[in-house]
Amino acid sequence: MQLELRGITKRFGGFTANDAIDVVVEPGQIHALLGENGAGKSTLMNVLYGLYRAEEGAILLDGVEQHFSGPGDAMRAGIGMVHQHFMLVPVFTVAENVMLGHEPTKGAGVLDLETARARVREISARFGFDLDPDARIEDLPVGVQQRVEIVKALSRDAKVLVFDEPTAVLTPQETDELIGIMRQLKEQGTSIVFISHKLREVRAVADVITVIRRGKVVGSAEPTASSQELASLMVGRAVELTVQKQTAKPGDVALSIRGLSARNEQGTVTLDGVDLDIHRGEILAIAGVQGNGQTELANAIIGLLGGLEGSISLEGRELIGRSVKQVLDAGVGFVPEDRSHDGIVKEFTIAENLILDRSDREPFASGLSLKLGTVREFAEQKSREYDVRSQGIETKVGRLSGGNQQKVVLARELSRPLKLFIASQPTRGLDVGSIQFVHEQIVATRDAGVPVLIVSTELDEVVALADRIAVMYQGRIVDVVAPDTSRERLGSLMAGVVA
Amino acid sequence: MSAVTPPAVPPVEERDRRDGKVGTVVREIMSGSVVLSIAAILLSFVIGGILIAASDEDVQETAGYFFARPGDMLGAILDAVGGAYGALLRGAVFNPRGDNLGEMLGPISETLVYATPLVAAGLGVAVAFRAGLFNIGGTGQIVAGAAAAGWVGFAVDLPPVLHVIVALVAGILGAAVWAGIVGILKARTGAHEVILTIMLNYIALRLFDYLLTTPVLQQPGTVNPISPPVSGDAMFPSIVGRLHWGFVAMLLAVFAIWWLFAKSNLGFKIRAVGLSPSAARTAGINVGIIYVVTFAIAGGLMGIAGSAQILGTERTLTGGIAGSIGFDAITVALLGRSKPFGVLAAGILFGALRAGSRTMQASEGVPVDIVLVVQSFIVLFLAAPPLVRAIFRLPAPGSRATAILSRSKGAKA
Amino acid sequence: MIRAYRTPIVLGVIALIVIVLFGVIGSEGDSTFRISTSGDFFTVPDFVLPSRGTALVLGIVLLAIAAASALLVRRGGRVRAWVLAVFGVLAVFATLSWAIAGGTLPMTQLLQGSLALAVPLVFGALGGVLSERVGVVNIAIEGQLLAGAFSSAVVASLTGNLYAGLLAAAVAGALVSLVLAVFAITYIVDQVIVGVVLNVLVVGLTSFLHSAVLDSASNSPGRLPQIEIPLLAQIPLLGPLLFEQTLIIYLMFIAVAIVTFALFRTRWGLRLRAVGEHPQAADTVGINVARTRFMGVTLGGALAGLGGAFFTLGSVGAFSQEMTAGQGYIALAALIFGRWNPILATLAALLFGFARNLASVLGIVGSPVPSQFLLMLPYVVTLIAVAGLAGKVRGPAAAGTPYIKG
Repeated sequence: MQLELRGITKRFGGFTANDAIDVVVEPGQIHALLGENGAGKSTLMNVLYGLYRAEEGAILLDGVEQHFSGPGDAMRAGIGMVHQHFMLVPVFTVAENVMLGHEPTKGAGVLDLETARARVREISARFGFDLDPDARIEDLPVGVQQRVEIVKALSRDAKVLVFDEPTAVLTPQETDELIGIMRQLKEQGTSIVFISHKLREVRAVADVITVIRRGKVVGSAEPTASSQELASLMVGRAVELTVQKQTAKPGDVALSIRGLSARNEQGTVTLDGVDLDIHRGEILAIAGVQGNGQTELANAIIGLLGGLEGSISLEGRELIGRSVKQVLDAGVGFVPEDRSHDGIVKEFTIAENLILDRSDREPFASGLSLKLGTVREFAEQKSREYDVRSQGIETKVGRLSGGNQQKVVLARELSRPLKLFIASQPTRGLDVGSIQFVHEQIVATRDAGVPVLIVSTELDEVVALADRIAVMYQGRIVDVVAPDTSRERLGSLMAGVVA
Repeated sequence: MSAVTPPAVPPVEERDRRDGKVGTVVREIMSGSVVLSIAAILLSFVIGGILIAASDEDVQETAGYFFARPGDMLGAILDAVGGAYGALLRGAVFNPRGDNLGEMLGPISETLVYATPLVAAGLGVAVAFRAGLFNIGGTGQIVAGAAAAGWVGFAVDLPPVLHVIVALVAGILGAAVWAGIVGILKARTGAHEVILTIMLNYIALRLFDYLLTTPVLQQPGTVNPISPPVSGDAMFPSIVGRLHWGFVAMLLAVFAIWWLFAKSNLGFKIRAVGLSPSAARTAGINVGIIYVVTFAIAGGLMGIAGSAQILGTERTLTGGIAGSIGFDAITVALLGRSKPFGVLAAGILFGALRAGSRTMQASEGVPVDIVLVVQSFIVLFLAAPPLVRAIFRLPAPGSRATAILSRSKGAKA
Repeated sequence: MIRAYRTPIVLGVIALIVIVLFGVIGSEGDSTFRISTSGDFFTVPDFVLPSRGTALVLGIVLLAIAAASALLVRRGGRVRAWVLAVFGVLAVFATLSWAIAGGTLPMTQLLQGSLALAVPLVFGALGGVLSERVGVVNIAIEGQLLAGAFSSAVVASLTGNLYAGLLAAAVAGALVSLVLAVFAITYIVDQVIVGVVLNVLVVGLTSFLHSAVLDSASNSPGRLPQIEIPLLAQIPLLGPLLFEQTLIIYLMFIAVAIVTFALFRTRWGLRLRAVGEHPQAADTVGINVARTRFMGVTLGGALAGLGGAFFTLGSVGAFSQEMTAGQGYIALAALIFGRWNPILATLAALLFGFARNLASVLGIVGSPVPSQFLLMLPYVVTLIAVAGLAGKVRGPAAAGTPYIKG
């Protein structure tokens, strides 16, 4: 089926998320939409899927104009979507999720589960998926959940399938498998829209690449175009893809983790005997697919995780059993992975966010009362130092761009005397300019002699920043390797294969 | 890059939306204009008026021949509604039929008597709201406070001035401890405070019923569930008429809560927890302790309300000591937007309704329950600004704010 | 790791209380349970047990269950709901035999009365299940019950038709929940706030109308007749309990069955639950979230309203101010204690009705337990349930969260 988006314009208030976008996806084509975070890719796809209504423009399928008033219409017209955040009900089974919205019944609205199970088995067999129709979604690994999403879309006979940032949760090997699945679908005549900001994948799989910047189509490219070309098209200027840094001069071991283990609420092991040393003046980056214990490792160090076994010692002082406050006081700076959730209070001003960690102590407090003047001075100074672009320190942080929000977090966390700095997913969702700023700050912190622990699921970022890379898989450190290790080897390690 | 670039919204996760909700509630309660509040109040009185008119016998009678003489019915409606609301004003604000100025202004002091526990309890709900918590446990906490204050009042012998102070402190502590249970349970088990407080209300009431039949609280020589009267020197002294020093205690509480949120670091932490518990936790704030402390403060305020009841007006403990103050407090806090002086104003308004409704019932035969109807409509309308705007054809709020709101929603690319 | 042992520990403490309080220092004397009533097919003799001995034996059995579940947890297992149910029944029985030491307990009356008191709770809890399963927290059960009680009395009186009254009760409950739905779904007002305020509003409205408008002609609906099912009604204990009741109780049993089936076996129920768990997922497969929520909430309100009719048509035969007296909150407790499952919620409601009736029966028999403590039981049990015993139980994931598109 041919899909044509013609002159799509979508505004939110005064902000134009999509500005007269034209895209044509030919039948049996893999068409990549490439763009930075916030460029308008997902908005465009939500318009296509009937979740948003565009102010202007038309959607045509095989030349016929469509009018979608909801996802139901889009699905009936043959459009399927594999969402970035899976649209699966966690407590439902695979079969229940796949049939939801077009359930087979035995009449009188009584569900026909047998037919639903058979359908799941039939479609999974076609792609060699091994899906148990009666497994509950929440018990399945992320990679398998994604396959359920694919089966769900295919069970509705989708002719155009949209993959929205599908590789974020996958290992390099799983990504390769997904690319295989996409090619298989293409051969069966399905048109595919592949949304991504990862140059490597786009170049590997796409037949045609359309680049979007700030809501506009800024050009298209062949998959043979170089990464450098694509990157500058995506960002709008020449981009430095590597991080400028000197060779590390590591000192003594500052943080030493031994036999660290943890379980989650359900009793599943999340950390499994982690041993790790970090030296002064080095950046150790944890690589791994999301959900392999990296979040738990960072949370364990900072004191957010209970029920730990083993030891975490920072310059000889045990951190396990201490509260978050005590750990921060011991000299740990922490940039949490979920910035808008854990890093900032969106409704608070810049000034308030900057003292979130020390509102009850000198110089900001005396007794129970808050010294508002001192708070203001501090905020003014830090805003200047970290170049936080705003209408003043009384601006609510929720109104800032992601990059400026991250600057506020960095300003707060780097303004204490540090003996260890931890940054989880430090550049997630940021534009290229902010990414550079954050990377510079991280390198500067290292060069000041502070040991730095980076957790990132972006392999590119890990490779660019790290002095040493520790790969995590299922709660264990599989290996610690040098940053010039080949991607193939890193990929194998991320899949738990120790060669 | 400036503040105008679209903020890139990172993954919206399940928990994000859940915690976001707490923030949303706090935000909704805190925002809203004065115009909107007045419109909501007006609208609610109109609905009350319709009810009064519809239930009035003269109106019903004249409605029978409305098409023959419509004037009769309109006159009857005016009579009924005007009479009722006139009586409400006479009972709450100014009584022109009084013999001297004191009697004429007497209703104001009556209004303040009713307002005293309402404002204190309203603060008890408001403080919890600021921490993102619902305190529906006012009833139980007021009972606990009143019981403690009352017990000190009749069972303990102390010198005059000291006695009333100790009784008040006991009331505050009693309620703070009872409310603290909620905080501890929430902090330790993560149970939802709405359910906890509702359950603890009934547990407190039953426990209180029981104690009123035991020597601990029961008046000797009676089989009725009633306590001995509080000794005279443990009662709040009168300021004027029935208005007592509990009113001053309440005013002090209003200032204290204002200071808490405007100037103190404890208030800062409570607000941080209310808006984003996870960010507060990550920044080293002990969220569990804040929950316990907040509930204890909220309970203490409920204790002032309970003390105002027993040491100010009731004097003896009975099963109905808390009345409906615990629930009224929720509406007071909502109307007052959870801000201390807003709560004060809202409490006085509802106090006036209470005071006036007595006169209204006595002189016009309109049941006092109409106050509940008006009160709940006020809150419903306040909670749904678009509805009120539609009814009054008010303009939508500043386009700037809306633009930013929808923009951050849309930039999920 | 103590967390995992929470259940066995709680069970153990209860068992020890039974052994010490009821067994060791319990009162002497026999406890008599009367099973038969006159008019039964055959007579079952009274059931006489030594009070202390019974408590001791039961206490030891309870302790054994606690120990067994501790062992189970140690092996990584989880204590099943039915174990808890058995434990609960035995504990209740031990309490009973202690409470009536030296007296006679008429079981038929006790259970009949319990069922009667449980009727509004069951309807209320079922209504709550529908509402919360579709994602709207329903604190307004109390208001729905009261509105149902009021309008059933008025409509039945004015039309002279009790069944019109029943219908009016359902409509009134549905109207109250429609207001909840409009504010919660359309205006995105916090659901707890709307619920609380609606309860106050209904109290105000019904009390006002009761004083200002109602008179003997508009508030004397009479009571629903008992419908005796031939033969079955003569079975001892069960007969009078299940087959000699008013229409509304038969409706209750039917409602439990229908709601359970509809929720878990039909397309309607699957979609309803999907909306309550993950509205966005439901939206992306073309399910209209707002419409589904409106439907679930309104239907739930209708059920709760029907329960309200029991206060008037099913029991005292007239409306009085605030006659629901907080039963709506107990229904809410039953719903939570029953883990948002219609059958478990019904059982919880029955248990709470039992506790309430026991309080008054024991008051008459004369027992050492102050009635206030039995009246407190539903609340304490729920408190323990939400805070400890069932700490890991989840409600519908999206309950309480408005769904904003995009």
